[in-house]
Amino acid sequence: MSDSSTGKPVNLRRRILAGGAAGLTIAGAQFVSRMAFAQTGPIKIGFPTPLTGAFSSEAQDQVRAAELAVKEFNAGGGFNGRKCELLVRDDKLNPGEAATRTLELIEKDKVDLIVGSLSAATQLSINAVCKARKVLFNSISQSDAINEAKDWSFYTFHEALTPHITAGAVARYAFPKFGKKVVYLTADYAYGHEMVRGFQRAGQAFGMQTLADIRHPLGTSDFSSFLPRIQALKPDVLVLCNFGRDLVNAAKQVTDFGLKQNMKVITPVLLYTSRQAGGAEAFEGIIGGTSYYWGLEDRIPTAKAFNDKFRKAYAGAVPSDYGALGYAGIRSVLQAITEARSTNATAVANVMRKMRYDFYKGVQNYRLCDHQSVQSVIVVESKSKAMKDKYDVFNVLSIEAPDEKNLRTCDELGHKVLS
Amino acid sequence: MVEITPQLLMLQLLTGLALGAVYALLAIGLSLIFGMLTVVNFAHGAFFMVGAFLGVYFLTLTGSFWFSLVLTPIAVGAIGLLSERFLVRPLYGRGIDYPLLLTFGLSYVLVEAMRVIFGIDGMPTSTPTELRGVVNVGFGMFPLYRLFLIAATAVIVIALWLFIEKTRYGLIIRAGSRDNEIVRVLGIDISRIWLLVFGLGTAIAGLSGLLAAPTRAVNPEMGIPVLAESFVVTVVGGMGSLVGAVVAGLLVGVVFSMTSLFAPEYAELSIFVLMAVVLLVRPQGLFGKAGLMG
Amino acid sequence: MIAKHRVASVLVFLLLFPLIMPYEALALNILIFGLYAVGFNLLFGYTGLLSFGHAAFFGVGSYLTGITIVHFGLPWWLAIVAGTLASGVAGLLIGFLAIRTRGIYFSMVTLALGQIVYYAFYKAERWTGGENGLRGVTVEQINVFGLTRDFVNPLTKYYVLYVFVALALWLVSRILASPFGAVIESIRENENRTAACGYNVARAKLLIFTLSAVICGLAGALRALHLSIVPIDSLHYLLSGQAVMMCLLGGMGTFFGPFVGAAVFLYLEDVATSFTTHWMAIVGVVFMIFVLFFPKGIWGTLVQQWQRRASSVETK
Repeated sequence: MSDSSTGKPVNLRRRILAGGAAGLTIAGAQFVSRMAFAQTGPIKIGFPTPLTGAFSSEAQDQVRAAELAVKEFNAGGGFNGRKCELLVRDDKLNPGEAATRTLELIEKDKVDLIVGSLSAATQLSINAVCKARKVLFNSISQSDAINEAKDWSFYTFHEALTPHITAGAVARYAFPKFGKKVVYLTADYAYGHEMVRGFQRAGQAFGMQTLADIRHPLGTSDFSSFLPRIQALKPDVLVLCNFGRDLVNAAKQVTDFGLKQNMKVITPVLLYTSRQAGGAEAFEGIIGGTSYYWGLEDRIPTAKAFNDKFRKAYAGAVPSDYGALGYAGIRSVLQAITEARSTNATAVANVMRKMRYDFYKGVQNYRLCDHQSVQSVIVVESKSKAMKDKYDVFNVLSIEAPDEKNLRTCDELGHKVLS
Repeated sequence: MVEITPQLLMLQLLTGLALGAVYALLAIGLSLIFGMLTVVNFAHGAFFMVGAFLGVYFLTLTGSFWFSLVLTPIAVGAIGLLSERFLVRPLYGRGIDYPLLLTFGLSYVLVEAMRVIFGIDGMPTSTPTELRGVVNVGFGMFPLYRLFLIAATAVIVIALWLFIEKTRYGLIIRAGSRDNEIVRVLGIDISRIWLLVFGLGTAIAGLSGLLAAPTRAVNPEMGIPVLAESFVVTVVGGMGSLVGAVVAGLLVGVVFSMTSLFAPEYAELSIFVLMAVVLLVRPQGLFGKAGLMG
Repeated sequence: MIAKHRVASVLVFLLLFPLIMPYEALALNILIFGLYAVGFNLLFGYTGLLSFGHAAFFGVGSYLTGITIVHFGLPWWLAIVAGTLASGVAGLLIGFLAIRTRGIYFSMVTLALGQIVYYAFYKAERWTGGENGLRGVTVEQINVFGLTRDFVNPLTKYYVLYVFVALALWLVSRILASPFGAVIESIRENENRTAACGYNVARAKLLIFTLSAVICGLAGALRALHLSIVPIDSLHYLLSGQAVMMCLLGGMGTFFGPFVGAAVFLYLEDVATSFTTHWMAIVGVVFMIFVLFFPKGIWGTLVQQWQRRASSVETK
């Protein structure tokens, strides 16, 4: 709250500076001299992400795509001859480690800004460290909490989707089609609860009826004991509100218990990597949302361009959804630096607030009140037949166009600043 | 809210028994090693995980679940034998802490080895064709594979019981877990028995990994929660007691399952509460010998 | 020399410590986890009780410090006191239940009770932030005797927290040098004989358990201020395991050992992490090497070497 209110006058001043009135004020002179000093070395971007742990495969794909963005930028001459340097750090999916690594990046490596993270808890801890030091942070991982006024700061940007948007998109697609009675199997943590809230809010329009919201402990490896009750409840739709390995195990065991014969199984976030790890059989017919799927290339030119670059760099492999976010997260800050002609956090943030960009999935922009990237959501269905190759795992069912209406309102998030 | 019918309760019980079967197998191995060697094997979860990986690997290699069922425990047991011979053996007589730390280090190495060999994503698994589908068990539909899991556990437990009660090696093992000194005085090479027991315990861990593999995702980190759960089972049953391991395994499975029905978010906590209550009322566990370990 | 002025030697070393570390945040982590291991060592190394639930005290200290700052707006130093006291209370309660059991069962009861604490904090999302962790433990400036200092500055933060660690180490040293210190060590050597000598073993165990919890709680409290967040893994059993590892690595039952263990553990992990994603293999192998060849831990082995050299010099 305080940040968004105090942020305002600063923005204004920086905007004047950027507009050419820079040299006229003392503050401006200081600003320019600081800029000149910083211009000697490369642009340093810190990239904390869980290279080891349960999401290591997603994280390593983020790094691959981020490196691609950096390479592209440097091949294009960089900014004023300054190349970009990516400093990747393993946060081990541990918020304490993430905070330590971020401190290392800021205090020792003197990075200009931070992009990265994969998990709600680690991005919030990275954000807390950046916020206190007024370092720009572009988060490429889903969470509803980071947009809320109490965590957010003027220097916080959220490139990824939020569980609210993703769940809403899947609900708007699936709920009218498969019946009114719903059971949720939810991982018992904020992220899981946020997904359920997203579904329920979107479900109101269709008169959906929640039979039960069964909350399982995070990191459950065997869901069998939750399934007889779901069977007995006889819902039309079962929503798996969990993520990563929990989702893989839940999908597998739901299939084993024959639940798919009686109900439609949907999930807010269906990751390309989860589907690869879980196999075709477990995910057969499951519908879910995603921020990106390489198959978009038939319809979206920038997706085609991005895929081709990725394939060329990495022996024909396609980028995953989280990988693509690594690419977009880096590209948007680099473009902002170029436009701002500065690596100063406030100047960069001000440019990002006004940016409209299309790097890989169509046009996006950051909402002014919370810096949430307003973007499309892709609804996909996992297939087990007629697959062209090992990358061909989803059918794209629909693309929900970017719309601020689908986000939680600025007011609800606690932002007082007018957008 | 769903109506709690007898059918639902029975189904929930059966689910719990299938869960408990895997717990029981893990706890047997852990308990065997502890009872005989007083080694708290912190790598037990890792051996379980290695069993799952090698099991799936052998399955794809030979195309037969049954071949894999034979090969996996042999392979994992062999790793266990090597670990005992070269890593654990030098530590006997140095107290309980050192083998614990060593096996902790070993578990890290095993996890990393699987990451290097099979990749960080793990491997997709599917149920063997013969055991696919759901069957009507009278009060509901239940996956055939999980029924097989219960049966397989019963067979393994009976085989182990016959081995320990009816063979000469079993006799020595039983004697050794009471008093190592006496066995040594009788002129028996106890170190060979220890080697055998460690190999046997890890082989069973590997086997349970293979048996669990078709029911869940196989990945390098899958052994970590399993380790904590199997410790709970072993301690509830009483360290070193095989009967205790089986009874407590099934008990923990059923408690977990029933909590999942009535208070799902506390399912994981329930087994720790069970352990705390059991130990505070009966500090040596349900079937444990009083006074063990100081 | 070192043995005589052990607190002073440690403090001088820690004073210069940030200068030799690659970055301050790592030095701070080592300072904090070193204290945590020292607190744990009181129980494990000196009394011979192996707890698998000490993360509960570290976490309670951390959370209560955080909660009193975030929700009640307490000044930072008072919050540290609150966190430390709270973990003392937690220690008293858990200790009361746990000391009824012995050996491996003691370890398991502490593990189970630690898990219960974990879930209590996990579920109290309104106060603790649940899985997302508690954010907003931000202390930007501190005011000591009229001097205002920028607490975001890593070196300032290090030396402020250092003062608390110094006080705690002095306290631990006093405890160990006292007659009570002799009692707990005799419990480790032979519990029955200690009881036969007329000491109330149960009361001594409970007291040392609580003191150990207080020290670990202080470490947790300092971490809340260092990171400005309290992650839920502060209460996780893996963190309890880490205390055991640090003690054994450095040398259990020695005064400085746990600090050395913490430093080597964290430094090794830090270095290994930065050049390979297979850092776990390196850490695992190093552990096995230490267990097999340096069972007294790093510091324990060094002390042994010095003593041997000293005695050979004397005999000459």
